[in-house]
Amino acid sequence: MSSTTLPAGNDKPVYYEIDEHPHPEGHSTLLGFWIYLMSDCLIFAILFACYAVLGGNFAAGPGPKDLFDLNLIALNTAMLLFSSLTYGLAMIAMQNRNLRHVQMWLAVTGLFGAAFLAIELYEFSHLIHIGATPQRSAFLSAFFTLVGTHGLHVTFGLVWLVTLIVQLGRHGLNPANQRRVACLSLFWHFLDVIWIGVFTFVYLMGML
Amino acid sequence: MSTDAVPSTSAAEPTFLFGKLGWNSLPHDPIVLSTMVVVIIGGIGLLALVTRYKLWGYLWKEWFTTVDHKKIGIMYMILGLVMFLRGFADAIMMRLQQVMAFGGSEGYLNSHHYDQIFTAHGVIMIFFVAMPFITGLMNYVVPLQIGARDVSFPFLNNFSFWMTTSGAVLTMASLFVGEFAATGWLAYPPLSGIAYSPSVGVDYYIWALQIAGVGTTLSGINLIVTILKMRAPGMGLMKMPVFTWTSLCANILIVASFPVLTAVLALLTLDRYVGTNFFTNDFGGSSMMYVNLIWIWGHPEVYILILPLFGVFSEVTSTFSGKKLFGYTSMVYATVVITILSYVVWLHHFFTMGSGASVNSFFGITTMVISIPTGAKLFNWLFTMYRGRIRYELPMMWTVAFMLTFTIGGMTGVLLAVPPADFVLHNSLFLIAHFHNVIIGGVLFGIFAAINYWWPKAFGFKLDPFWGKVSFWCWVPGFWVAFMPLYVLGLMGVTRRMRVFDDPSLQIWFAIAAVGALMIAAGIAAMLIQFAVSIWKREALAETTGDPWNGRTLEWATSSPPPDYNFAFTPRIHALDAWYDMKAAGVEHPAEGYKDIHMPSNTGAGVILAGISTVAGFALVWHIWWLAGLSMVGLIGAAIAHTFNYKRDFHIPASQVAATEAARLRQLQAAGA
Repeated sequence: MSSTTLPAGNDKPVYYEIDEHPHPEGHSTLLGFWIYLMSDCLIFAILFACYAVLGGNFAAGPGPKDLFDLNLIALNTAMLLFSSLTYGLAMIAMQNRNLRHVQMWLAVTGLFGAAFLAIELYEFSHLIHIGATPQRSAFLSAFFTLVGTHGLHVTFGLVWLVTLIVQLGRHGLNPANQRRVACLSLFWHFLDVIWIGVFTFVYLMGML
Repeated sequence: MSTDAVPSTSAAEPTFLFGKLGWNSLPHDPIVLSTMVVVIIGGIGLLALVTRYKLWGYLWKEWFTTVDHKKIGIMYMILGLVMFLRGFADAIMMRLQQVMAFGGSEGYLNSHHYDQIFTAHGVIMIFFVAMPFITGLMNYVVPLQIGARDVSFPFLNNFSFWMTTSGAVLTMASLFVGEFAATGWLAYPPLSGIAYSPSVGVDYYIWALQIAGVGTTLSGINLIVTILKMRAPGMGLMKMPVFTWTSLCANILIVASFPVLTAVLALLTLDRYVGTNFFTNDFGGSSMMYVNLIWIWGHPEVYILILPLFGVFSEVTSTFSGKKLFGYTSMVYATVVITILSYVVWLHHFFTMGSGASVNSFFGITTMVISIPTGAKLFNWLFTMYRGRIRYELPMMWTVAFMLTFTIGGMTGVLLAVPPADFVLHNSLFLIAHFHNVIIGGVLFGIFAAINYWWPKAFGFKLDPFWGKVSFWCWVPGFWVAFMPLYVLGLMGVTRRMRVFDDPSLQIWFAIAAVGALMIAAGIAAMLIQFAVSIWKREALAETTGDPWNGRTLEWATSSPPPDYNFAFTPRIHALDAWYDMKAAGVEHPAEGYKDIHMPSNTGAGVILAGISTVAGFALVWHIWWLAGLSMVGLIGAAIAHTFNYKRDFHIPASQVAATEAARLRQLQAAGA
């Protein structure tokens, strides 16, 4: 162990940092949040896998072609994609340090998110009304769970969004709030990506 | 747990206020009832003592609300120890039942009770003993080894601990209120479905694991980020101590596998609570889907348990051989290879599913391949010892015991990896002997090595060697006596989870195993005596240098126990064994020029959130819907309220740091170091 990496020249190696080097609060929050998102992504991966395995088990009940209305889903998808766009505008407003615009675009994002949820709930209630309940077949169990878990995430995103708008109102764009806006941004776009998967894998391929 | 073969709780009509909970949920079985009375009296006694000595404020301020990774680590270890005693009590009960139930005897446990005991034993030992132990070790040691002052997310760390504890509390509650799952530790459907397990046992299982799982996942994220972001300057990845490396890999495995458990348990929950058909026999459900998914979590889980201990053995071998670790780079790569391979072997847990020769061959081969990096590690340890000046202190004794025991366990594992052999041995006692051989011989021996190794760091005094050796010599032979008969029985075709036996020729083997279990009990007792004696004689065993073993890594560079801030000055790293390097270079610790140190503040939010989660879990188990809804709302509300707290840090003034460090310097001079 004597072959230590001595610095070039005759300087004695430094073994202790005499000055406190700054660890700005929250300097690793974004990395941590990324890793959390990946763990969440795994949950969705399992739900997708279940849908892939069980999605053909109709148990003599209705299948995708009997149930899905692509026009409605297209509208639904548009809502979520628009919400991602407006969240992006909120991020730009944050870089311009325009608090009012950040709050406004977050509120618009929330409205699009709420519209998405409303359409999804309408779809679910319609399906249940015509007897295509989660209990009807393994296909429907997997469908409701996959789509519903995504919807639950959007709901939590909305709760977070409202909380954040209030916190922005109280404390403005301080570093902690900027970090939170950035984390929610990751979360929101992540849900968008998951939805692209749901849209393609469940709805489009189901109608083929 | 109830006496009746048919769970009594399922008969009661649910009420709005109490759900399925009623007077008949309390135990009738004299064994459980007397245990409950003893526990209640003991619990009241403990609470009375804490109150009598006015310790509540101290416990709350210094421990329960702490965000100090060292204290949280110690709390994890205490949780693991307490649950270990419970899990071991289950083991002794099983051994006793099996040795008695011959020649027409039914033993002393009815089948319903016995089934809960083997389930609880497995669940507790994995989730609430092994996991808290390794999480506690990683929490305590990793930040010290990388020269950090705390973890990346100190509050999250506290929250994770209390969520794990919450799961343990629910599991313990099931002993006295209602019953636990009677399904085996992985709760395979359709047995664990509502049709065959209508009572609350499986619900306790689900919610205990879900709540604890949140804590485990978050602590995994926390430690990954800590290791990646908080290393002292100069510590590149290939200068990290091996324990930190194995911890990094274990935590990556945690984050990449526990979500699978969360998802699969959630699906089982939906099957049970909502009536979906994921794993049911009809309406297109597939119970083998559950078995696949749970082992996609389950196999990485066993590597989550063993990897950190591989790190411990590496540190111990190198320290007590007085040499640097042989083959550091190969050790790191072996760890990473094991991490990756652990994902592609899950099917070997059910070759008998009938997935065909090709699939079984693939998983058989991947399983055998894992033994190559593991074997490389063993050779590295042996070569580290080769021509070293080996000191047979307790940590080293446990390490040698591990090498002998684990190698045998590994070899029986390779036997089981051969699919045709597995068709014969599947679910036999041979399998039970195999995994106890690796989990006790690997994980548990590793934890004992680690406790003996790092105890002086944590508390400032060494553990008493005499009682430690008594414990060692009861444990290690006890293990062999307890589990070798199970190999024999397994080869003769005895399956696991049996309550009574017809063939009298088998009894002798169970008798030998029971003797082994008693030897292990003596080992556990000796270990508890070792702790007590060491605390009693702490003045004589005091450790004032901070470096009792002539260690090599950074945790030995600070005092024992370390100050709240770990290091007054952040060390700069130039070599792999950073502290050994500093000692060799004769580095003097600066004695002045202290600065204010930025630290996270304590918070009660973790206790509160986990407390509400416990109530929510209990309400969901018993179908007390109003309480479940209320606590869910409370949980979200409390979490949001916590985010409105923006003031989460403080500074330790330089004068206080100077005083602490001056005291340490005096202590060092007095010790003549």
